[in-house]
Amino acid sequence: MAEARPVPEGWGRFPSPPAPVEPALDIALLDQCIHCGFCIQACPTYRDLGVETASPRGRLAMMKAVAQGQLAPDDGFAAEMDLCLGCRACESACPSGVQYGLALEQARALAARTAPPPLFKRLTLRLAFRRLLPHAGRLRLLVALLGSAQRTGLLRLVTRLLPGRWREQALALPPAPGAAARRELAAALVEGPAAGGPRVGLFRGCIQDALFAGTNAATVRLLQATGCGVTAPPQAGGGAQTCCGALAAHGGDREYARELARRNIAAFAGYDLVVNNAGGCGAMLKEYGHLLRDDPVWAPRAADFAARVRDISEVLAERGLPVLGPLAQRVTYQDSCHLHHSQRVRQQPRRLLQAVPGLRYVELKDADRCCGSAGIYNLTHPEMAGRVLAEKMDNAAATEAEVIVTSNPGCLLQLRLGLQRAGLADAVQVMHLADLLDAARSADKA
Amino acid sequence: MEPRLVAALQQIVGPAHVLTEPRHLLVYSYDATIQPGQPEVVVLPRTAAEVSAILKLANREGVPVTPRGSGTGQSGGSLPMGGIALVLTRMNRLKEIDPGNRLAVVEPGVITAHLQAAVEAQGLFYPPDPASAKVSTLGGNIAENAGGPRCLKYGVTRDYVLGLEVVMPTGEIIHTGGRTVKNVSGYDLTRLLVGSEGTLGVVTEIILRLIPKPEAFRTALAIFPRLDDATAAVARTVAAGITPTALEIVDQHSLRAVENYLHVGLPVEAEAVLVLEVDGFAETVDRQMQTAAAVCRESGASEVRVASTAAEREEMWVARRSVSTAITQAAPTKIGEDITVPPAQVPEMIRRLQWLREKLGLSLVVFGHAGDGNLHPNFVIDGRDPAQLKTVEAALAEISRLALGLGGTLSGEHGIGTLKAPFLEWEVGAGGIEVMRRIKRALDPNNILNPGKMRLDESIAAAPPGGADG
Repeated sequence: MAEARPVPEGWGRFPSPPAPVEPALDIALLDQCIHCGFCIQACPTYRDLGVETASPRGRLAMMKAVAQGQLAPDDGFAAEMDLCLGCRACESACPSGVQYGLALEQARALAARTAPPPLFKRLTLRLAFRRLLPHAGRLRLLVALLGSAQRTGLLRLVTRLLPGRWREQALALPPAPGAAARRELAAALVEGPAAGGPRVGLFRGCIQDALFAGTNAATVRLLQATGCGVTAPPQAGGGAQTCCGALAAHGGDREYARELARRNIAAFAGYDLVVNNAGGCGAMLKEYGHLLRDDPVWAPRAADFAARVRDISEVLAERGLPVLGPLAQRVTYQDSCHLHHSQRVRQQPRRLLQAVPGLRYVELKDADRCCGSAGIYNLTHPEMAGRVLAEKMDNAAATEAEVIVTSNPGCLLQLRLGLQRAGLADAVQVMHLADLLDAARSADKA
Repeated sequence: MEPRLVAALQQIVGPAHVLTEPRHLLVYSYDATIQPGQPEVVVLPRTAAEVSAILKLANREGVPVTPRGSGTGQSGGSLPMGGIALVLTRMNRLKEIDPGNRLAVVEPGVITAHLQAAVEAQGLFYPPDPASAKVSTLGGNIAENAGGPRCLKYGVTRDYVLGLEVVMPTGEIIHTGGRTVKNVSGYDLTRLLVGSEGTLGVVTEIILRLIPKPEAFRTALAIFPRLDDATAAVARTVAAGITPTALEIVDQHSLRAVENYLHVGLPVEAEAVLVLEVDGFAETVDRQMQTAAAVCRESGASEVRVASTAAEREEMWVARRSVSTAITQAAPTKIGEDITVPPAQVPEMIRRLQWLREKLGLSLVVFGHAGDGNLHPNFVIDGRDPAQLKTVEAALAEISRLALGLGGTLSGEHGIGTLKAPFLEWEVGAGGIEVMRRIKRALDPNNILNPGKMRLDESIAAAPPGGADG
C-alpha cells in the first residue's frame, strides 16, 4: 500500500480564499462564478478544442488566480484571453449571472500591460482603433478606393499579391456603397419628430456606415414609417458621433474606449432614443454605464445614455411594423452574439421576419452560436474562426434558405465569406434585417 | 511532476495531450464544489489502450490518477490529490444506437444531453436527467450514479447500464455485463462499478439501455399555502397509484429568490409549490393528471395550474430550474446537500430543516425531488467569511445526522467524494466501511486510482476531518 500522500490545503472542506492583489480585476465579479460548468458547452472554443483553459469557467479561474497573485499574467495567460471569441454565449448559459464580458475586458486590459503583443501588432491595432475607425472621413476614403478597385477589376489583381486568406476576405467583401447611397441616407434624415413620435438619433457606426450606408438608410425609413422623427449627429466637428469603441475595449484599450464613449454620450444628449442596427455596437453602447462607472462626472450621464439605446428590432417590435408587402423567399436568421447574449434581444427579430407576408421562415440550428467573426477575431485567429464558420455553413445549408438574415456588419461579412467558401454564394445571399424589412415595405408600395 | 514521467506520458498519448503549464493545472483542479484539488499533470487519452498504459505506468511509479469528465461533479469526486488528472473528454464518440435491441454504445466523454437528443430523434429515450445533463458526461454520470427529476418514475443511471468496458486500477481491460437486460453470469461487476466514484476502474465504453420515448406529457404547478400540505400531497400522490415522471418541491424561500430574479408572477405567498409531470400514451395522460391534481386539491392546494401549451410547460420548469440561479444572485457561495429520505418521511425532514434554519440564522433554501425523497437543502452564504463557512460545515454534519435518523441516506445522486466522506461511517457502519476498504485494496493494491475519496484508503486517514464531527 502506498504511503500517505501530502493532502492539499483545504482538502475536503471549504478553504478561505486569499486576499486579492491585482486591483485591475474586479474580484467581486469573479467570485460570482460557482464553477458549475454550465457555460462550457455553450462555448465555441471549448467545443472545438475540448480543454478547460478554452472554456469560460477556465478563463474565469485563470483571471481569479491572477487577481489573487497565484498565476502570472504572462504570455500564456494573454493568449488564453485572446482565444476567447467574446461571443458571451456563456452569459446566457450561466445560472449565476456572471458578467463574463466585463471580466474579459478587464483581463485583456491587464494583459495588454503585463504581456503586450509584438510591437507591429500593437501599432497596427492602435492605428486602426484610434486613427482610422473613429474617423468617418478616412474610412469613407478607404471604402471609396475599395469601390473603384472592385469596379475596375483592380481588386482581383492586387489581391493576387496577398496571402490566401486575405485574398479570400477581400473578394468576399460586398460592393462598396457609392456616393449615391450616401446621398440616399442624407435624404432620408429629416428634421423634427412626427406628431407624437419619439426623437430618434441614428447611431451610424463606423464600419456599418462606411460599408453599409444603404442599411442605415433602410433603418431610417423604417423608423420614420413607425412615426419616429430621425436625425443623426454629424460625424465630424463639434457634437460629433463616432465609433462606439467596442473593438478598442475588447482589445484591451478601455481608456480609449472611454474617450469615444464620452464623445458619443455628448453627441446624443437630448434624443429620446438612440437607435442602432449593429448588434456589437448596440451592446457596447448599452454598457457605457459600466465603462464609465468610476468617472464621477460621466457616470450618471453614461447610465442615462445607455438606458436610451435600442436596436432597430426592439423599436419595430414595440412600435409595430409599417404595412409590408409580400416577399416570397425562404429565410433563416443568424443571431448577432452581442444582440442575443449581451443585449438579450432574441425573439424580436424572429417575430419581425415571421410578420412578413409570404415569407417562409426556417429556424437555423444553433442560430445563437457565433459565426466566428467576433470583431477582428477572424483576422487574428483564422483557423478557429474558420472551423466555427464551417459548422455554421453546414447548419445554414440544412435550412435550404435563400436568404440568411443577420443584425451586425461583422456577421454579414463573415457569412458572405462562409458562403463563398462553401460554394453557396450564388444560391444564398446574406441580408441585414433592416434591408429585408425595408424591401418588404417597398414591396407594398409597388 | 518529474520530466521523465512527463516524457513517458507523452510517449503514450502524444505531447499535444499532456498539459503541464501552471494554468492547465489550475483549471483541472476544481469541480463544481468550491473545494481545491491539485494535479501535477493533465493527460487526455483517446483510447482504452492509452488509459491502460497510463494506469500501468502509474502503478509502477506510485503516481495517483484521478479520472475526470466535464468536472461538474457536486461532491469532489474528480478533484485530484496530486498526480495525474486523467481527462476523458476526448473519448466522446457515440458509437452505436441499436433500436432493435433498444441500446446505445457510447464512450465515456459523450455529453448526456447529446445522447438524449440523438436517441430521441429515433423515438427512443434515455431517462436519467441530472440537472447538469447539458454539460456532464455519461462517464461522470456513471461514476456518481447520477439522478434527476425523472428518476422517480424511471430509476437512476445504474438501472440503464447494461455493460461496461473498464480499465482496472492495475491496467487490465475487462468487459462487464453485455447487451442484454438479463445477465447473471458471475458477480455483477457492472453494478459495483456504477457509483464507485472512479475509485475501482476507469470506464472506457458504456452499453446503455434505452426505452421507447413517451408519447405525451402533462405538467402542472400546484400551489400550497401551507408547506405541510405540500409534503403530505407528495406522499398521497404516490399512494394514489400515480407514478409521476417528476414531482418536485420548491419552498417559499426558493420561490421568493426566483421571483426576485425572474419577475414572472410566481405565487410568493405560498409556502411551497409542487411541479408535477406525468407522461405516457396520449389516452392516459389526462386521466393521470386529473387524479394527481385531485390529490393535490384534497391535500390543501389553493390552485393547480395545468399547462396547456409547450410554452406554459417550459415556464413551470423554468421556475424549478431557476432556483440554483436565483439563490446565487443573493450571495455568491452556495453549498448544497443531497440527502434522501424515504418519501413518507419528507414532511418530517423538511420540518427538521426549518428548525435548523431558525437555529443557525443562515440562509437555507429547500427544493428537490420530493417524490423520491431526494431533497437539496442549500446554504447561501458569503464564502469569504470563515465564520459562516464553519457554521455551514457543522450544519452539513447535522443535516446528515437528521437524514440518517429518518432511515435515509447521505447522498441520493451527488456521491460521497470528499464532501461527505467524514459521515460515511455513520451510514454504512464500521463493518460496511471495512468491506468497502477490502474491495478497494483488492482491486487497487497500490492505491493509485482516485485516492482520498470516500475515505476508503489509509492515505487520507491522517487528514483533518471535515465537519463538526472533528
